[in-house]
Amino acid sequence: MIALPPPKPEVLARREAIVAALRAIVPGEGVISAPVELKPYETDGLTAYRQPPLAVVLPTSTGQVAAVMRYCHANGIRVVPRGAGTSLSGGALPLADAVVIGLMRMNRILEVDYDNRLAVVEAGVTNLGITAAVAERGFFYAPDPSSQLACMIGGNVMMNSGGAHCLKYGVTANNLLGVKFVTVEGEVVEIGGRHLDAAGYDWLGLITGSEGQLGIVTEVTVRILPSPEGARAMLAAFRSIEVAGAAVAAIIGSGIIPVALEFMDRPCIHACEAFAHAGYPLDAEAMLIIEVEGSEAEQDMLLGRIRAICGRFDPISLRVARTAEESAAIWKGRKGAFGAVGRISPDYLCMDGTIPTSELPRVLGRIGEMSRAYGLQVANVFHAGDGNLHPLILFDANDPESTRKAEAFGADILRLCVEVGGCLTGEHGVGVEKRDLMGVQFLPHELAQQRRIKGAFDPDWLLNPSKVFPLEGEGAAPAPAARAA
Amino acid sequence: MSAALLAPDSEEEVARAVAAAAAAGEPLAIEGNGTKRALLRPVQAARTLSTRNLRGITLYRPQELVLSARAGTPLPEIEAALAEKGQHLIAEPPDTRALFGAELPATLGGVVAANLSGPRRIAWGAMRDHVLGVRFVNGAGEVIRSGGRVLKNVTGLDLCKLLTGSYGTLGVLTEITLKVLPAPESTGSLALRVADLAAGVRALSAGLGSPFGPTGAALLPQGAPAFGLEGPTAVLRIEDFAEPVAYRLGRLRDLLAPLGAPRLLDAESSRALWRMVREAGLLGATAAEAVWRVSVPPTAGPAVADALRAAFAARLLLDWGGGLVWVAGPATEAAHAAVMAAARAGGGTWTLFRAPEPLRAAVEVLPPEPPPLAAIAARVKAALDPKGVLNPGRMRAGA
Repeated sequence: MIALPPPKPEVLARREAIVAALRAIVPGEGVISAPVELKPYETDGLTAYRQPPLAVVLPTSTGQVAAVMRYCHANGIRVVPRGAGTSLSGGALPLADAVVIGLMRMNRILEVDYDNRLAVVEAGVTNLGITAAVAERGFFYAPDPSSQLACMIGGNVMMNSGGAHCLKYGVTANNLLGVKFVTVEGEVVEIGGRHLDAAGYDWLGLITGSEGQLGIVTEVTVRILPSPEGARAMLAAFRSIEVAGAAVAAIIGSGIIPVALEFMDRPCIHACEAFAHAGYPLDAEAMLIIEVEGSEAEQDMLLGRIRAICGRFDPISLRVARTAEESAAIWKGRKGAFGAVGRISPDYLCMDGTIPTSELPRVLGRIGEMSRAYGLQVANVFHAGDGNLHPLILFDANDPESTRKAEAFGADILRLCVEVGGCLTGEHGVGVEKRDLMGVQFLPHELAQQRRIKGAFDPDWLLNPSKVFPLEGEGAAPAPAARAA
Repeated sequence: MSAALLAPDSEEEVARAVAAAAAAGEPLAIEGNGTKRALLRPVQAARTLSTRNLRGITLYRPQELVLSARAGTPLPEIEAALAEKGQHLIAEPPDTRALFGAELPATLGGVVAANLSGPRRIAWGAMRDHVLGVRFVNGAGEVIRSGGRVLKNVTGLDLCKLLTGSYGTLGVLTEITLKVLPAPESTGSLALRVADLAAGVRALSAGLGSPFGPTGAALLPQGAPAFGLEGPTAVLRIEDFAEPVAYRLGRLRDLLAPLGAPRLLDAESSRALWRMVREAGLLGATAAEAVWRVSVPPTAGPAVADALRAAFAARLLLDWGGGLVWVAGPATEAAHAAVMAAARAGGGTWTLFRAPEPLRAAVEVLPPEPPPLAAIAARVKAALDPKGVLNPGRMRAGA
């Protein structure tokens, strides 16, 4: 298990005064301090870690967020920002001496500007809520993390969330124009705006994916895109992982960039089929779901070309959707993949490394060897176009030995991702989960450089502490309480 | 430029040179081939450190859509390697040789350090959106890596984006990894003769808001007589396989015909026209004039244009759906003040892109930052370049 920094005793001792001060800033129901009511906030999507915070504050305006930040800064209180709490890396895990600033009540869509193709929304608007607000005019917000029904745009910005369609549309960072940003001192700054490409340093790019280390985002200006005329998927199943990987390379090499290109291995196919009855081929070692967009004729042309390419790789089955319904049926299993795996195992760990796509056969081979060595099953689902791997490690959280093995297995997979030229996390973030693996990817002086930049925004290290950066090490910022303890 | 030019041929030597400069407290001007010296403010440094000898493509995997090259690699060399495999640079960075009167081509490092993007930016993102990984030397002479060579990576702070567009003030880029994409099989454009700039932006917005996916959307106030386009003309580009290009141009023409007289440009004319948009050739700036780039929400573009025409008979070219306004005019503080005022009124930002040195040294070439952000900027600069030796004054006086 990963260590959390010791709480500051002087902050814990002032709990009642702090809660009272927060109530003065956010009146009514906006401050939560009763232990039973703090329960929902003690964890996020990484449920193995739980820690109730000192208090939760739920502001309804940027002004309130700024006032809370000013108060916490002046009093040396740590702050953990939180959206919907769907982080899979523990990005919103509280600390015992921290105030959680929950942005879920800031959930208004402030403006939609179709002529300039943007929407201005508060941080607590859900990802899907943006698309829902602009769909009637034929627009959508592109990044689509699988938690999109629940996850909030503020959290998407902080984690630079991806999704299944980023091969074509990019991740969150590629779909933003501006944010309203509250500094640790409680100053409100507009970053970017409604135009493209700020002159000067790319603060928007640095803040996106910063996991709450640099400040709090309360409003976001996103680009919205016109929906394509239509989209359709096909399914292609192969006799080996190598062959499926070669088919992916051939598709990309042909000049076609599908809007989505998903890969599932045999255990994942079986789990999904048992769950969703999507008609997946159970004798396949690997399966691709490939989606294209455009007019009907364009879809036919692209699917025809992709079908022909896949045909060269001795496929077990090729199924091209003729209608939106058939397309949805192909997607049904994939979209339920995590739930499906959840049915065959009491618990699973979802990993998130990225690898160069050419390394896929080697990496999946090694993961298979590790699976046997650890005695834990693994199912692989993978954004094949961009190399973002999601191995699901099956384990039993009630068995400490199983849990320990699963975490060690996961860490080995991520080390392998880095070893073959990839990275620790493609879209879930470092959070607490991968914090102590940062030294696998970065040299000490490189981490020290990142820490100094974090320190430029947050000199006292009050913002979302214990995430992203290993607790100790060369260049570690002074953690006053840790020193005191 | 200064006589003292350091042009090391390895990253280790770059690191040594920067460490020595930091130890001596002697600032360095940082450049590649020096093609953009007339961009932003002049640097006060006795010596120049160039990355021009860090050359060569170090990794190219067409089927993984990634390319890495050393920072001093000339852009045409990269474009040629990509073209050989039917791929291209997504952000279509402009060849600025004509605009800056440079003989040598720009280097990859220079284009990334300036975050220069061309017309395709409106659909496919800026240079900064495709920088997957960087290696750079910070102001203390340490080699730092950020990002990597994979398409999706959120591991740690994104220093790739911080370094892109930082004009060599935070680190000396030594190697860059880019996402690349297949080059389109075909292309074509729809040109619409419109009544005025406001009508032109309405047409571009309608095109960009359609499902037909334009990858270029420019407004030519004087048209492009060499292409038979007279008067204010809105142009939308489609790039894709041949059949969808024809289909989508047809649909766009049907959609936009009520907004102006349509004409289709074939692939060859389209490529030539967009090269002139990308390189701002259609702006027709004379050597003595200043050139600005103003970025505003597209619908604010016409008002910016009107204000600048009234202020100093500005010549203009609008790209990015109307949101990028290229401006040519007299290199005077009065003209610069008018550009700043128009950009602010339009809710956007400006860059003094090219000007004689006295003007560049005298004015704010980029918008000032609000005080809380300026304080953070100073601390970030100190975090990367504690002795302030990298390109001092390039972006802002005294920073």
